[in-house]
Amino acid sequence: MTTAPDLPDGAAAWDDALLAAACVAVDPAGLGGIRVRAAAGPVRDAWIAILRASIPVEAAIRNIPLHVDDGRLFGGLDLAASLAQGRPVVQPGLLAQVDGGYALLSMAERIDPAVSTRIALAIDGDAQGSTSRFAAIAFDEGDADEAVGATLQERLGLAIDLRACSVGTITDTVATDRESLDAARGRLPRVEVPESLVEALCAAAVALGIDSLRMPFFAVRVARVLAALDGRDEAEAGDASTAARLVFTMRARRLPAAQQPPEEADEQEMPDDAADDGGDEAEPPQDPASDDAPQPDVPPDDAPLPDPPDDREESDDAVPAQEALDEVVLEAALSAMPPDLLRELARGAASHRSQGGRGSGAGAVQRGGTRGAPSGIRRGRPRARERLSLIETLRAAAPWQRIRREERPERADRGARIHVRADDLHVMRYKQRHPTTTVFVVDASGSSALNRLAEAKGAVELLLADCYVRRDSVAVLAFRGKAAQLLLPPTRSLVRARRSLAGLPGGGGTPVANALDATRELVVGLRRRGDTVLVVLLTDGRANVARDGSGGRPQADADAMESARSLRVLAVDVLLIDTSPKPYPQAAALADAMGALYRPLPSAGASAMSAIVNRAARGQSGLRAA
Amino acid sequence: MTAAFPFSAIVGQEEMKLAILLAAIEPRLGGVLVFGDRGTGKSTAVRGLAALLPKLRVVAGCPYGCDPAKPCEDCLASPQRFRNGKAVRTELVTAPVVDLPLGATEDRVVGALDLERALSQGIKAFEPGLLARANRGFLYVDEVNLLEDHLVDLLIDVAASGENVVEREGLSVRHPSRFVLVGSGNPEEGELRPQLLDRFGLSVEVTTPKALPERIEVVRRRDAYEREPAAFIERWKKEDERTRRKLTAARENLDAVEVDDEALGAAARLCMQLGTDGLRGELTLMRAARALAAWDGKTSVGPEQMRRIAAPALRHRLRRDPLDDSGSSSRVDRAVAEVLPA
Repeated sequence: MTTAPDLPDGAAAWDDALLAAACVAVDPAGLGGIRVRAAAGPVRDAWIAILRASIPVEAAIRNIPLHVDDGRLFGGLDLAASLAQGRPVVQPGLLAQVDGGYALLSMAERIDPAVSTRIALAIDGDAQGSTSRFAAIAFDEGDADEAVGATLQERLGLAIDLRACSVGTITDTVATDRESLDAARGRLPRVEVPESLVEALCAAAVALGIDSLRMPFFAVRVARVLAALDGRDEAEAGDASTAARLVFTMRARRLPAAQQPPEEADEQEMPDDAADDGGDEAEPPQDPASDDAPQPDVPPDDAPLPDPPDDREESDDAVPAQEALDEVVLEAALSAMPPDLLRELARGAASHRSQGGRGSGAGAVQRGGTRGAPSGIRRGRPRARERLSLIETLRAAAPWQRIRREERPERADRGARIHVRADDLHVMRYKQRHPTTTVFVVDASGSSALNRLAEAKGAVELLLADCYVRRDSVAVLAFRGKAAQLLLPPTRSLVRARRSLAGLPGGGGTPVANALDATRELVVGLRRRGDTVLVVLLTDGRANVARDGSGGRPQADADAMESARSLRVLAVDVLLIDTSPKPYPQAAALADAMGALYRPLPSAGASAMSAIVNRAARGQSGLRAA
Repeated sequence: MTAAFPFSAIVGQEEMKLAILLAAIEPRLGGVLVFGDRGTGKSTAVRGLAALLPKLRVVAGCPYGCDPAKPCEDCLASPQRFRNGKAVRTELVTAPVVDLPLGATEDRVVGALDLERALSQGIKAFEPGLLARANRGFLYVDEVNLLEDHLVDLLIDVAASGENVVEREGLSVRHPSRFVLVGSGNPEEGELRPQLLDRFGLSVEVTTPKALPERIEVVRRRDAYEREPAAFIERWKKEDERTRRKLTAARENLDAVEVDDEALGAAARLCMQLGTDGLRGELTLMRAARALAAWDGKTSVGPEQMRRIAAPALRHRLRRDPLDDSGSSSRVDRAVAEVLPA
C-alpha cells in the first residue's frame, strides 16, 4: 500500500516493546524469538540496547549476517586454516555459538528462504547435529512485497511493531532491573496458567483467523512469563490480554465478525464520481465479508455460544465469566492493531504480509552459485555458498608436490601427505535457470465489462496450471477505483491464486496511470530477485482516473501515457490485450508508448487468451521488436 | 536435545497418524506426503515416530546401519565387521528418523568425497550422506515443495530402488538406502509437480483443528510437555508402548494377510472409475489396504480397509482440472461410495 501507515499510539507501542523485550529475555528458548517491525534507526537501537541490558550476563546477542553461508551458519571445515595447518580444522557454526543466547537477524525479510527455514528448524532444536538452543530476533524492515519467511515467522513467539515509536515516545529506557528478571527466570517453572486463560487465548486466536496452533501456545507461555515478571505464581486475565497483544496482534488474518471498525464504511465507498463511463457501471462493490475469507468458526464472543463445550467442569454462571474473559483478551489484541492492518482486514483482504509475503520465495529467489546444472570450474577460493572442486584442486596441486615437500619437510612429519595451497583451489560453477514470472495487470474497472474480467481470471488460472508444470510463477495486479492492488504476489500456488482471484470485485474507475506505476514497481522488485518478467496487461485503455485520484479523462490520459513511457524505460516485455468490444485507439497508443505488443481481443474466451500469452511467453525476446 | 513429543499425545489428525504408521508397517508403500496448514503437528508426528519404532539390529560399525542378515557390500568387504559370513558384533539402535533440511546440498544428501581425508591425507574416501543415515528408517523432508527439483527427483529415485549410487568426483560407491520418505508442505507455498505427486504412496491433507476444545487440548498438552518433558513423556509412555507393540505385531502379520480377488477387483474398479494413470494406484491401494488389515489385526483385506484407505492412496493421483474447485478427496469419496457401497 502506498499510503503512509497511520499507527497506533507510539507510547503504548513502546510500552509493549519493553514488555516483549523482558519476555524474550526471561524465556528465550521457550518463546523462540521475536519479530520486530521497524526501520533501522534510534528507536530500534534503543530497543536492542534495552534487550542487551536485560539478558543474562553470560548470554550473547550475535549478529547473523544476511548472506551467511551454510558453513558459517551450521559449522564446517575451515578451509584456510586446514590448508595452513595441514590437518582438518573444523569451525563451529554461528548457531552453535549462540547457544543459550540470541541470534540477531537484521533485514530478516531479505534472508534467503532456504536459510531462514533452516534457522527456523534450528530454533526448534532439530537442526542437524546441533543441540544449540537460542532465540532469534528478526528485524523486519519489509514492505508490502517482502516479508520474513513464513516458516521462520511461525517459530517466533512474539511480534511487535515499532514503527509508531519515535525518539520522543521513548520515555522509559530501562525495561526491568536485572534482579527482577533473574527472579522471574527462577519463578517461571512454578507459574500456573489457569484453564480459563488457556481457553480465552485459544478462542482469541480463532476469532482473529490465526490457524496455527503454535500461536496460542506461545501466548500461554508469554502469559506465564508476564506473571513471573510480576512476581506471581498464577497468571491473571491481565497477563493473557497482554500476551494476546504481543503474540496475536501482528498476525491477525481477519476481524471477528462483530468487530468491523466504524471507518470501514468510508473505505468501501468507491470513487464512483470518477467513473464517467456511465452505462456500463456494472455492479456495486462486493460486500467485504462475502468473498472467500472464511467466517470465524466460533461465533463472536458477544453472541451466546450455541453449544458450549459441556465437558467443562464449570457451573452455569461460570460460562458468562468465560465469555467476558474471552472478550477482554480479544479486545486487547485488537486494541494494539495498527489502523492500516485493521482496515486491510476489514476489507476482507487477508494481509499478504501476514501470510509470509511472497510465499517465502517458493524457489524463485536468486541463489548463490551452488545449485543447478554444473557449468565449468574456475580457479579461486570457495566464497559464500560455492563449492570446492576437489578433483581440480588436487590436480592443480599434484605437479608441485615434490618441490613443496622439499620446501616444507616438517609437514610430512605431521602426517600431511599432500601439500595443497590456496592458489590451487578451484570451485565449481553452476548455471541456474532464472525463473520466469508472468505479471497479469487486470483492469477490474466498471468500463471493463465484468465478463471480460471473468475471462481474465480464467486465463490466469489456465496459465497457472501450465506454470505449475514449468515451475514458473504468476502474479496478479488488479486496478479499479483509485488504485492498483497486488492481488496475488508472485506464486506458483494454484490454491492461493484461485482464492485471490475469486475475491476480485469489479466496478469503479480506471486508474491506468496508477496501475502502470504499480506494475513498474513490481517489475523492478522481481528483476532484483533475478526473475525474467513478462507483463500481460488486460485493459480497454480508457483511463479516467488521474494519478492523484481525481476524475477527468484528459488528465488521466496524460498521466497514463507518462507512466507508460516510464515503463518503457525498463525494457520489459509487455503484452497489452485490448479487451474492449470495439477496439479504441487509446489502447493502441498506450501500447506504443510502453513498447508493448498490442493485441485487440474483442471476443475470446479464457483459453484463447491463455494461448496468446503462451505464445508471447515462448517468443519473449521477439515481443519488443513487434 | 530433549526427547520428542510423544506420538500418542498428538490430538486428532487421525488420518496422518494412520498413514505414517502404515508406512512404518509396509515400507514398500512408497512414503507419505502430508500437505496442509502450518502448526498442525506434521513435524511433531514424524519426530515422535522415532521413539515409537521398534529398535533395529545392525552390524556394529557399518556406516549404513545394515541388517546382519542382509549385509551390504561394504560390510562383506570389511574383515573388522564381517568374518566367515557372520557379523563380528551387532548392536541394537533406534531406527533413524533423518531430517533433510531445506537447502541441503546434493553432497550432503548423497554423500561425497571426504574432504578432510582427501586434503590432509590424500585418501580417496567416501563420506556418507543423509541417505546413508536414513537407511532402514525414515527420511523426513519438511517443506518438500520448496526443495530443489533435482533433489526431489533424486530422493524419489533412491526411495524406489532402495540403493544409493554415487558416481562423482572419481568415486564409485553404491550402498543400501531403504527408507520411508515423508514429505510435508503447505500448498500455499507452491505445489509439487504432478509427476512427483504420484510417486508418494499415501497423501494426507491436514487442516488445523476447527473445534475450540480440540485446539485448547493441543495447546494444553504442548504446554505440559514444554514445562516438564520427562513427566509428560512418562505419562504417555504406556500409550506409546501399546502402539509400538501393535506396530510390531502388524509387521509380523503383514505377509500373512490375504488379498482376495474380490478386493483386487474392487481396487481395479476404483482406479478405473477415477481414471488414475498407470498401475501404481492399484498397487499402492492394495498394499495400503493390506497394511491396514494387519494393523487392524485381520487376516484378510475386506471392503472396510479399502474404504478407509482409498482417499489417502488415490487422492493425489487424479488428473487435475485447474478450474475444478471440488477437492480430490470428495471425488475419491464419491467413487468409493459407488464401487464399495457400505
